[in-house]
This record gives sequence, C-alpha cells and structure tokens, in this order.
Amino acid sequence: MKQLMLGNAAAARGLYEAGVAVVSSYPGTPSTEITEELAKYDDVYSEWAPNEKVAMEVAFGACLAGKRSFCGMKHVGLNVAADPLFTVSYTGVNAGMVIAVADDAGMHSSQNEQDSRHYARSAKLPMLEPSDSAEALSFAKRAYEISERFDCPVLLKMCTRIAHSQSVVEPGERVEPPAKPYEKNIAKYVMTPANAIRRHPHVEERMARLAAFAETTDLNRVEDGEDHKIGILTSSTCYQYVKEVCGDRFPVLKLGMVWPLPEKKIRDFAASVTTLTVVEELDGFIETYVRELGLACVGKEVFPPLGEFSQNLVAGKLGLPVHSGKALDESIPPRPPAMCAGCPHRGMFYTLSRNKCTVLGDIGCYTLGAAAPLNAIEMTLCMGASVSGIHGYNKALGAESERRTVAVIGDSTFMHSGMTGLANIAYNQSNSTVIILDNSITGMTGHQQNPTTGFNIKGDPAGKIDLEALCRSMGFRRVRVVDPYDLAACDAALREELAAEEPSVIISRRPCALLKYVKHSAPLRVDADKCVGCKACMRIGCPAVSFQDGKARVDATLCVGCGVCSQLCKTGALASTAKEG
Amino acid sequence: MEAKNIMIVGVGGQGSLLASKLLGHLLLEQGCDVKVSEVHGMSQRGGSVVTYVRCGERVASPVIDKGEADFIVSFELLEAARWLEYLKPDGQIVTSTQQIDPMPVITGAASYPENLVEKLRASGAKVDALDCLALAEQAGSSKAVNIVLMGRLSHYFDLPEEAWQRSLAAMVPEKFLDLNRKAFALGRNA
Repeated sequence: MKQLMLGNAAAARGLYEAGVAVVSSYPGTPSTEITEELAKYDDVYSEWAPNEKVAMEVAFGACLAGKRSFCGMKHVGLNVAADPLFTVSYTGVNAGMVIAVADDAGMHSSQNEQDSRHYARSAKLPMLEPSDSAEALSFAKRAYEISERFDCPVLLKMCTRIAHSQSVVEPGERVEPPAKPYEKNIAKYVMTPANAIRRHPHVEERMARLAAFAETTDLNRVEDGEDHKIGILTSSTCYQYVKEVCGDRFPVLKLGMVWPLPEKKIRDFAASVTTLTVVEELDGFIETYVRELGLACVGKEVFPPLGEFSQNLVAGKLGLPVHSGKALDESIPPRPPAMCAGCPHRGMFYTLSRNKCTVLGDIGCYTLGAAAPLNAIEMTLCMGASVSGIHGYNKALGAESERRTVAVIGDSTFMHSGMTGLANIAYNQSNSTVIILDNSITGMTGHQQNPTTGFNIKGDPAGKIDLEALCRSMGFRRVRVVDPYDLAACDAALREELAAEEPSVIISRRPCALLKYVKHSAPLRVDADKCVGCKACMRIGCPAVSFQDGKARVDATLCVGCGVCSQLCKTGALASTAKEG
Repeated sequence: MEAKNIMIVGVGGQGSLLASKLLGHLLLEQGCDVKVSEVHGMSQRGGSVVTYVRCGERVASPVIDKGEADFIVSFELLEAARWLEYLKPDGQIVTSTQQIDPMPVITGAASYPENLVEKLRASGAKVDALDCLALAEQAGSSKAVNIVLMGRLSHYFDLPEEAWQRSLAAMVPEKFLDLNRKAFALGRNA
C-alpha cells in the first residue's frame, strides 16, 4: 500500500526487507531515524553503540558471523569510524554489510559541511545515493546484493533533504537472506601486513568489476530530453531540483551509484549533448572525475561548493526563470535555536559565565551555551575535543589557566569519546576541571539512550555505567555531583574545584526537561508590584522570560517552573503559581 | 486536486510535525503525489523552523522556494513575516497572532516589530490572523494550536470536511481525538 515515509524510515524499511539481522549505530542528525525505525522491528537486533567506530566494528563482527548487518551515522561520524572502514574494504564481508552516512549540506545540525563521497573513493568502496524515499527503500535492498556479490561493505549515502523528507513508498515483505555460515579464513580476515598485501589486489580488482557493473546497472539511468544543448549529470536531491525546473527539457544522466562512476556511460552521455553540466551539492566530486576523463563540463565555477541547493538556485544557474516573492520592508530579528526553558544546562552555564571561566565546549545541545546572553563556550570542535583540548590548553598555559578553565561535555558525548581524553588527563596529569553535563539522555538528536542512562534502544533496562565510579577508577579523587537548578551549589562546586591542586570532575546532573518522565513544576509568574525591572532574571537567557512595559514577564506556555530565574531575583518578584492554590 | 505548496512555519517545539503529518495523509488520500520536508536536530531547539508540504500530479523538489508558496501557515507572527518572501503573489497567510520573543529580543539586541498583521496586509498578502492559542485553550490544551491552524487552513481547501476528519483520526492518538476535533472545529469556524 502506498504511504508517505521519511527518507530515513524508508531506508530502514529497505534494510528490514533485505533481512538485516544486526544493527549498531551512534545517533547523529540527519541519520538517527534509520536506526530508530529499525529498532521497532522485533526480528532485528538493534542497539546504540557508544560511538561510530564501535558501531561499525559491531556490524562487521555480525556480517563476519553470517548475518546481514548495518551501521548508520552522520558524515562526521564516518570520520570516527574511518579506521575500520578502510580495512574492512580489504577483508571484505561474509554476509552483506551496509553503512549509511548522512551528509548535512547547509549545516542544519552539524559542525562542518564535509562531503562523504570522498570516503567511497579513498576507501575504495561502492556508494549508492538515493534521491527520494522510494529509492532509499530500494537502494538499501540493492546495497546488500552488491555487498554480497562484490564482497565489500556498501555505503548508502543520505543527505538532510532526502533523510528528512517524506515521499511516497510501497513497502514490501521481509525476505530471509541466504545463510552464510562463518568459515575460518585467516588470510582474508587477519590484516597483518603479509595478509593485507595479498588482499589489496582483490580490492583493486573488485573496483574494476564494480566500475563495469556501474555501466550496466539501472541505478544509473539516462532520461532523455528534447533539447540536447545541455546535458545534466546529477544525483540525490540535486536531481529533484533539476527535474523541478527542467522537467523533460534537457537530457539527464541520473546517478544512483556515485562511486565507482560509469566512465563509458558518462562519455556517451557527454557526446550526445553540446554542454555537459554537473549539478551536485558540496564538492565537485563527480566533476573532478569527469575532468579526469578529459571531458569539458560546467560545474563548480557556476554552482556553489557550499550550502544546500534549491530549485531557484538551479534554475538561475541554468539560465531558466527564477521565482521571487516580496519580502517585508522591515528588520526581522533572527530566531536562532536556544536552550529550552527549564534546560538543566542553563544554570551551569550561568555559573561559568558569572565566574568568567574559559570554557572549552563539545558537541550537543549544550553547544548553545555559546549563544548570547551567556556567551559561555569559547571552543567547539568535534566529539570529545573539550576534554582532550583542555589538557593541551592547560599544559600550554600552566597554573594560571588551570584556575579558570573548564571543559564541558554531555553524558553521551563523554561516553562517545570524552573518556579517552579524561584518561589522558589522569595519565599525563594536568590540573584540569572537567564538567560532565549529565542530562541522562542524548539530547540534541532527539532523546536516544546511551551507556549511562540504564536503558537500551528499545527502552528496556540495560547496563548502566556509573560516571562517578568510572572517573574515580581512572584516578580522579575529586569527583562531585551538583544539581544545575541550584545556582549556589554550582558556584561553590566550581570555585572549589578550580582552586583544588589536582584534577577534578564535576557532574552537573539533572534529566533533560523535555524527557517525558520529568515532572514539571507550575510555571512562575511575575508579581508586578515587586518587580523593579532590574532584568537580573533575564541574564540566564531563558526563552520563557521576556521584558514588557518595564517589567519581567513569564510565558506560562513555556515556563516549566525550574526556578533558576527566581534565584537571581532580589525582590522575590518571581513566584510559583502553584503556591497560590 | 490541483498542485499546492504549503509552508508551515513557527518556533521549534510548537508542533508543526503533527500538522505536516496530517496534511501529508490528507493529500495522499486525494490521490496526489506528495512530498513533505521537515527540520530535525539542533534547529528545532526554539529556533525558526519551516516544514514544506507539496502536492501535485508529480512532485520533484521536496522544498518550496521564494515566491512559490500558495499558503504560509504560521504558529507565530514574526515567523509569518520572516517567510513572507516565499509566498506567491496571490498566496494566502493563515497565522496565529501569538508572539514569542526570539533570543535577540529577550537580550535587548533587537526589538519585535509592531503591527505585523497590518504590515503583512500592506505588502499585498492575504492574511487570515486569529488567536489560535486562545482557541486551543478553549478546546482543552494550549498544545492544540497546530490543529486549530489546520482547521483554519481547511476553510481554504475545496475538500469535504470528512476528508480532514478521517486524516485527523488517522494521525492523532485516540485519547486526544476529541480535544483535537474540538480544536479543528474552532479553527475551521473561526
């Protein structure tokens, strides 16, 4: 039956129908829903791994054992998993293995705009790239066939617009794949230099066979057009923009497999048109290949190498009519994302801001601590870099810096790659202060469980890592827990740990205010007689607190009654509505 | 049913995902090709969010570009103003009159523009502005603003109300259905 399905859900459906048995992923926008959807099937084992490298190695282990496996991640997650990726290309697989990687052109929710297609080329692996949900479903199934036929994992490349757009699909039935019993094969699976050197020729030979496959597969198709003055080489969401503005006017070579590329097909297509135009987001990946073939084309000298495209952008670059509307002649203030009302991170960031700390930050909701009015975070790089970075920062500057510098990292990010940085602090001994912002969930990506929450991907009880015990076992003697809703306690903890002559860990612990099990207090209200309009309550940057007609105002639809603002009010003007009965 | 481009705009967390699910279901039932593009992740955290809903015989692009929207459905007044450039010259705005200060206004770095409904009308746009929050509260929950807006939008669609009711029943959990039917009716008949 036809239904609307999110691209990520469709990819999950395709993996399911292909008989995937073991799934291990780390959440990351825009890839998360693939794994969340797979976790809904009882006949698939699914899990959140602590990071993408672990997830990929779990998936490899499962395919080695003979079950079709999957791991999913965002583009920067593939950097973390790059180590196994390059060598699983040499070992190959037993049962099929599919790796989804989701790029984020436009950086809706990412720290960079890297183009994952380069991984396919450098790790010498095939990559499929769907252009809507129906293709996400069918390509996921095709990926397993290719994986088993060519003995390699297959990369399924998503992007934000495909991952987070719903379009029409027709789901099918799950098919149990052929059994692939594990057979001991040291020469294939033990990548010592002596064995790996014998595997490398297999890799090159496989890529040649895959290149031949690329010529004949219907994953790459020519759609003819009336006007051969321009021929368009494109894939993914760019294909949709091209079809939106050109319809059937120009011929299109639509690539569903973006590595390896079909040389002859591209040459024949180029020969059939006057000008070959490559339309692709981010890097000129296809264009570089086309130019290597010695073919002339229009590419990145016209189309931007950054940001998302749209139909107007493509139309403009192709010299076609562009739609336009009328903007209001008015300055519209921006609305950047902000920490939610009641966010437990806010109290700690206010404390850090007030103590004028240098804060090295990390990846998560709490990166919003860098925004006005708190402006607390001064560095954010990648997962775990706060904990490793503070050690380097303190080693460079010494005691002076150690007394005013902290690293902040969320519970999930700490498990992902903060632990190794903490081990380095313990081992190489800097007097660093690390704050684990433990909101008991992976927040930014939409509430996924992690090794510290005590629940697994299905919400069932699971192993729970004790953060305090973990830090102590590394040799940290100063490990303390504070409630970030208590500003005085946060202030005391921060001052004492910065002053201490040894490294410390502060665990700022309170569950995310958006978690369903979190009970909210009644909203606060402003007593207009008591409010003197000093704006002290507005220094925490809570979206529920605004200022109107000289007085503070609390939006009762947003306020969750956390009471942090009232701790800043010297006149007692912010009181709970609950107390009034 | 003829091709339509509908943008749902608001502040992250206001419930636009349910509104787009409802529309998607409704339009698919009419036999259209449909695409819906959503926002997940960081931008959802209290930021300006936009969902694109497109239907037609065949829909290629999942997004709506400047000058292409038949409807802008807005949960918040400033957001209607922000996205105005995406409206077709003869397009219709359906907006709640709710105002939520963005962080630059809260910190005093910017001010919230005044008389936005009048300014939107002066720009030539057709504007249907109503206090959806009050209607949602009247229906039983401030969270039902999304369905009040859908009720109001239904007023401009040439579709029988039963079609909307079917999609509502399909997309809303049973225990909230009565509340949402009330919210829908309050929006539709406002």
